[in-house]
Amino acid sequence: MSTLTACHECDLLTHLPPLPAHGAAYCPRCGSLLVRSKANSIERSLALVLASLILFCIAISFPFLAMKTGGLEQQTTLITGVWLLYTQGMKGLATVVLLTCILFPLFQMAGLLYVLLPLYFKCRAPFAMRAFRVIQHLQPWSMMEVFMLGILVSLVKLAELAVVTPGISLWAFALLIFTTAAQTALLDTHQVWEALEVPDGST
Amino acid sequence: MAQREVTAKHLGMISCQNCHLLCRQPQRNKHQQLLCPRCGSALHSRKPNSLSRCWALVIAASILLIPANLMPITITSALGHTQADTILSGVFYFIQTGIWPIALVIFVASVFVPLTKLLILILLMLSVQLRWRWRPRDRTRLYRLTELVGRWSMVDVYVVTILVALVKLGAVATIDAGPGAAYFAGVVIMTMFAARNFDPRLIWDALEETND
Repeated sequence: MSTLTACHECDLLTHLPPLPAHGAAYCPRCGSLLVRSKANSIERSLALVLASLILFCIAISFPFLAMKTGGLEQQTTLITGVWLLYTQGMKGLATVVLLTCILFPLFQMAGLLYVLLPLYFKCRAPFAMRAFRVIQHLQPWSMMEVFMLGILVSLVKLAELAVVTPGISLWAFALLIFTTAAQTALLDTHQVWEALEVPDGST
Repeated sequence: MAQREVTAKHLGMISCQNCHLLCRQPQRNKHQQLLCPRCGSALHSRKPNSLSRCWALVIAASILLIPANLMPITITSALGHTQADTILSGVFYFIQTGIWPIALVIFVASVFVPLTKLLILILLMLSVQLRWRWRPRDRTRLYRLTELVGRWSMVDVYVVTILVALVKLGAVATIDAGPGAAYFAGVVIMTMFAARNFDPRLIWDALEETND
């Protein structure tokens, strides 16, 4: 049985045949991706979300860079960086960094866990739909992978001022990029929405 | 194309922006807000006021781009003398010291991407308003690219954060964030909102109107 879908980018209506495993459907007019079938999407995403959460805890609680000049050693974690910006009067900037690198990623991962874990056990969490909607809206605003690139650039920049050594947190950040990217790629949002859908219209 | 293409709008249907559920648009009065029956997001056949919002954000971002590039993003003080760096002077510094990869990363993320993103959005909006029929598929692809790549411009903002946090060595050296960094963050955020407010379906709507 085929289903009718509208392309997200050009609004063309297309009849979608059932997709084979690992298949993908593209819009015949504008070429954007309509759907891609993803096997074991919920299980895999759940595993990756758990891994990301653990890595995230390590990434924000340990220093990512340490710098040595003379006898002085300076270490920094993400949170102290944000705090220093804030105390310097760059409050807007500090808020942006706090939101995009700490709070949004954290909300996103915790939210996914909240939505996906019950689905794995074939039930639904209260307000799961609302949570999932917010998660999808937040997605472009959580920028940990961009922050990772920022660490690398500053590493080179500081290398001539002093001896800079990468901390544990840097490795956690590096791994985090892979786990979050894989999780975004593997999560089948259509499948989640269908699983969350209530047949009778009650909450 | 020989076969006439039917869009959801033609059949009075709306595809939910959020969960992609295809809904039939009911007969209703203008002021009633439609909600997706599945996920509860607001339903719009096209993003509301897409072009005017996008223009407003693009213009605001272009204005902010000026102080973002002219004002210093970092102020380094080492052993009594201070040095203010703008985005471009940072790039030149890395070219001079021969660290090409970093110069390239900063140039692409902080100069090339924001500028081309603004230019592409202006081009797309003009093309919709002037009802161009020119290569809609490529224009859609261009839009997808701008939406995807915009967030990477934040790199410089994060670099400033890290430098400020790390270089606090008392009398030896300190780095403070300059006002340019905040303006630059503003540029990136506004262009991201602008890209999200543009509706690529408008590119295709213009084609259909001239077909009729």
